[in-house]
Amino acid sequence: MTRLRLQIRKTPAPGPPTPAKRKPAKKTKKAVVFFEVEILDAKTKDKLCFLDKVGKILPSFSLHWYPARQSIRLDPKGKSLKDEDVLQHLPVGTTATFYFRDLGAQISWVTVFLTEYAGPLLIYLMFYFRVPFIYAPKYDFTTSKHWVVHLACMCHSFHYVKRLLETLFVHRFSHGTMPLRNIFKNCTYYWGFAAWMAYYINHPLYTPPTYGEQQIRLALTVFLFCQIGNFSIHIALRNLRPPGSKTRKIPYPTKNPFTWIFLLVSCPNYTYELGSWLGFTLMTQCLPVAFFTLVGFIQMTVWAKGKHRSYLKEFRDYPTLRSPILPFIL
Amino acid sequence: MSAPAMGTSKTAHSDSSNKKKKGPGTLATAYLVIYNVVMTAGWLVIAVGLVRAYLARGSYHGLYYSIEKPLKFFQTGALLEILHCAVGIVPSSVVLTGFQVMSRVFLTWAVTHSVREVQSEDSVLLFVVAWTVTEIIRYSFYTFSLLNHLPYLIKWARYTFFIVLYPMGVAGELLTIYAALPYVQKTGLYSITLPNKYNFSFDYHTFLILVMVSYIPLFPQLYFHMMRQRKKVLGHVEEYSKVE
Repeated sequence: MTRLRLQIRKTPAPGPPTPAKRKPAKKTKKAVVFFEVEILDAKTKDKLCFLDKVGKILPSFSLHWYPARQSIRLDPKGKSLKDEDVLQHLPVGTTATFYFRDLGAQISWVTVFLTEYAGPLLIYLMFYFRVPFIYAPKYDFTTSKHWVVHLACMCHSFHYVKRLLETLFVHRFSHGTMPLRNIFKNCTYYWGFAAWMAYYINHPLYTPPTYGEQQIRLALTVFLFCQIGNFSIHIALRNLRPPGSKTRKIPYPTKNPFTWIFLLVSCPNYTYELGSWLGFTLMTQCLPVAFFTLVGFIQMTVWAKGKHRSYLKEFRDYPTLRSPILPFIL
Repeated sequence: MSAPAMGTSKTAHSDSSNKKKKGPGTLATAYLVIYNVVMTAGWLVIAVGLVRAYLARGSYHGLYYSIEKPLKFFQTGALLEILHCAVGIVPSSVVLTGFQVMSRVFLTWAVTHSVREVQSEDSVLLFVVAWTVTEIIRYSFYTFSLLNHLPYLIKWARYTFFIVLYPMGVAGELLTIYAALPYVQKTGLYSITLPNKYNFSFDYHTFLILVMVSYIPLFPQLYFHMMRQRKKVLGHVEEYSKVE
């Protein structure tokens, strides 16, 4: 028999949520309404536990089911309840039935981001410095004779250092965790593509862009413009959300001109990201970089459309001029 | 041909989401029946061609040439099945179907057709025979299913013959790719080398080796999936009457 660690809050807690993922029970001076709570498995409908006088904290039994893995919902196929939900405010009678789903092993978003971004940074540098066993031995530890290759290394490294710093200091995540298997999937993607791109850019037989300095200068301008843009959006999104909160608000243009794109686009962070990689593709004139840009664009479009849809669903007054990722097009 | 199918599925889209259990509309069903009948006939032509050529020559050697054209035509035609899934008239996964059809098309065109030297290999006959028998059973299975008159024999054959035909086909395919390797390496077929303007390279020889390696995780999964399907479909029938 397994039991869940379930803390039901009967009155809303003051101030920011406590680190505990479940709701702490409180003894109040008002007349206490007791709830009966039963938890069923969402798939098999087996009764997992029954609490007849809620107000008590049950000891946690099963170590497999730490709170981040627990998905508790009112409907077996419905959305998960949030940590902040209060039992009294849910549409349940005095006997509440909840459904439990095990989300599987979880890992924190921060950990995943740091790992998936540190990889490309280091891997690219290994190719740039022509570490042994990649290229022919006579090229070990040599440097490319093309200045664009040095520039590309700086841009690529800057991009991932920026991402790492943003993960640590800028982003405010809605979810604490994601499924563990994502780290393997994500790292394979990022690390694999980084190695593939870096191999060609830093290759002894690399061919610089056809239109030379003109092309590289334009590409660098686009790249830097979009990096600043992307960062501006991240800051703007961060400022929508007070520290430690998970509120969602409609983002609007700020005094920073790079945020004026919010007038036309729901997810300009993705728009700028696409722009950065297009710049990098132009700078290196390398087909694998173009592939990486394309695949990234497809994924970001999927995310942008999802985000756009949830904005529309959540906010009645959401601006109608906005497209998910590309102004007027997509 | 795809236009009427698209049209029906678009208007029938709201219908099909309500009538999910009823499957494709009448027009789509008619089209699918015709498709499956044509494919059954096509693979029968290939089967007959193989037998006739064998009887005429008296040996297994070089039978590929006698059925080369219908093989290419009907195997390539199977690409339509990806479309059927994408449009929704067939309830299979686009990705899975796409993968299966593309691997067949790859072997037909990118290996057997492209590397002339392997065409006289016996391994080609091995997979051609496996494919032919499998497809005749599979397409007649779909035809009868669509008409709601599936003879138990066909169902049994579909879920039993694969036990031998699958490994047979895989063996033929792997041996053929293996036979092609030296010729691909020698001629640099479908390969791009550095330096070039787009800073890209592709070694078809290495790619073929990776394809062969990919059979290791993939084949057992597909095989055991069919095994489980067999237990589900045939095991189930033992509880009920065998007369359809």
